[in-house]
Amino acid sequence: MPDRIGPDAIGPAPILPDPILQVRSVSKSFGSVTANVDVTFDVERGEILGLIGPNGAGKSTLFNSIAGAEVPDSGEILLDGQRISGLGPVACTQLGIGRTFQVVRSFNSMTVLENVMVGAFARLTRMRPAMARALEVIEFCGLGGQVDAPAHSLTPSGKRRLEVARALATQPRVLLLDEMLTGLTPSEAQAGMQLVREVRTRGITIIMVEHVMEVLLPLIDRAVVLHLGRKLSEGSPQEMVRNPDVIRAYLGDRYVA
Amino acid sequence: MSAAPSIGAPTNAIIRRRRRELVVGAVLLVVLAVLPLPIDNVYLRGLMILMLLYAGLSQGWNILGGYCGQISLGHAVYFGIGAYTSAMLFTKLGIPPTLGMFAGGALAGLAALLVGWPCFRLSGHYYAIATLVVGMMVLLLMTNWDFVNAAMGITIPFRAESWVQLQFRIAVLPFHYVMLAYAAIAWLIAWIVEGSRWGFVWRAVKDDVAAARSLAVRVFPSKMAAAAISGCITGVGGAIYTQYVGFIDPDSGFGLPLSVLIALPAVVGGVGTLWGPFLGAAVLIPVQQLTVAWLGSAGNGIDLMIYGALIMALALLRPQGLVSLFGVRSQAGGDVAVDEAAGAVGVGEVADNA
Repeated sequence: MPDRIGPDAIGPAPILPDPILQVRSVSKSFGSVTANVDVTFDVERGEILGLIGPNGAGKSTLFNSIAGAEVPDSGEILLDGQRISGLGPVACTQLGIGRTFQVVRSFNSMTVLENVMVGAFARLTRMRPAMARALEVIEFCGLGGQVDAPAHSLTPSGKRRLEVARALATQPRVLLLDEMLTGLTPSEAQAGMQLVREVRTRGITIIMVEHVMEVLLPLIDRAVVLHLGRKLSEGSPQEMVRNPDVIRAYLGDRYVA
Repeated sequence: MSAAPSIGAPTNAIIRRRRRELVVGAVLLVVLAVLPLPIDNVYLRGLMILMLLYAGLSQGWNILGGYCGQISLGHAVYFGIGAYTSAMLFTKLGIPPTLGMFAGGALAGLAALLVGWPCFRLSGHYYAIATLVVGMMVLLLMTNWDFVNAAMGITIPFRAESWVQLQFRIAVLPFHYVMLAYAAIAWLIAWIVEGSRWGFVWRAVKDDVAAARSLAVRVFPSKMAAAAISGCITGVGGAIYTQYVGFIDPDSGFGLPLSVLIALPAVVGGVGTLWGPFLGAAVLIPVQQLTVAWLGSAGNGIDLMIYGALIMALALLRPQGLVSLFGVRSQAGGDVAVDEAAGAVGVGEVADNA
């Protein structure tokens, strides 16, 4: 196994030593296109893990496999020791995986509150409790002023927040964020990072996919770098930016000092 | 939008809107109950009865086609099954239609599940085409099935002036109240469903299947539940209609034009809205009947052309349906074609990143 890092690098949230999520030798290909090859890593409880790599590295496929939207060809994914790979997105959500989408998928005929209530209905059956939970999560995500606004009227960053709120309403143990910060203005990205930190203080483990590494560096505790479907490296963000393999993958050979 | 949202308080906009809808519904119920009393014109009373029938039928269609987004062009199948079940039970076994319509509704709901089982594996336009084909197949079967009198249809014999048998010698008024009750119950079911977990889940399925799944929505069972309720409401309407007209045959029970007529009020009034089917029926049925009355249905088809032109004009001017004229929340965006496009984009990205 690659190097683990100590609690000092993890940040304020208390962490338990055991990994909450284990990715074990996961491979996945689409026809002749290989997306993931033998990818193995652990996600520690309470950490913010960055899943990074250049375009075409296989991040989204791996992300979808963890969320249950794809079934790995081989290998397995365990959540708190329980196998979740191959169970499908519904079961994964019920077991505690929440996710957002790279291209936002708001329910556009519904209001912000109604969108988030769909998430709350993952665990609640009655309308009033679902509404109460949704309102709490919406407030937490900074959309309190737009509770009854139609989802399609939100700004791009508002829609990203809505996706986070919707996923949080399902009460996940692990939250997967797919390029949540990409395409936002610097101030919006700052606010988004603050939201991610606040989510973590709720005891939720976070996996973030981004292809622009710079955005993530100040936020994540640890990074897993993918390149051409394989795990290239794993470690603290500072280690990753100095790692010659990572620099080569992103920029090409001539930038390796 | 109404006043500023109050976080955590139970007086949220959704709950206020639902209370308002209930009040408007109750007022409308009283108005529609009183309205035919001063109108002693048989033609106008008949017109109102048809409006109420189609309001109810279309509300049933709206559960599946509007809220859940599964456009069915074969709802006449459920109408016909309800109609024939009740008619057969009445003519062969003497079971009163007040019971027969529930048997018909149950059987129609079951049929909707049978149609849904294979067809819900198709999405978007393919589902609509499959329901169209099912409708044509069932029409053909009924036209050749001797047990139900094949193409001859079933004539309901007059037994007695009775509410239990839903038979009235001359009076039209009792049927007004039967249809009013039917339409009101269909509306109430839609109102209840809109505020339940099912209503939210169905609209999520309609807007974005992948996002719905990521929120633990079981898509296939959700569609099946919508289909069963939708088919059941439509089937009960078919049974009541048969008692009103006194006759049912394959064309009037299972014809494709009927499938379209069931869907149209909801589409014109506002798909996936509580009031859409009612508004649509209130506009379409009189126009349809009046063009026939003025221009005659001698086969020149001018009445249908005018009817068609009106629907095109409404579709162009009010794509969100007539409900949008009243400032009622209507469903914007998120239609099937857009979802499919987004789905295709999503697949492309996965492949790009692979």
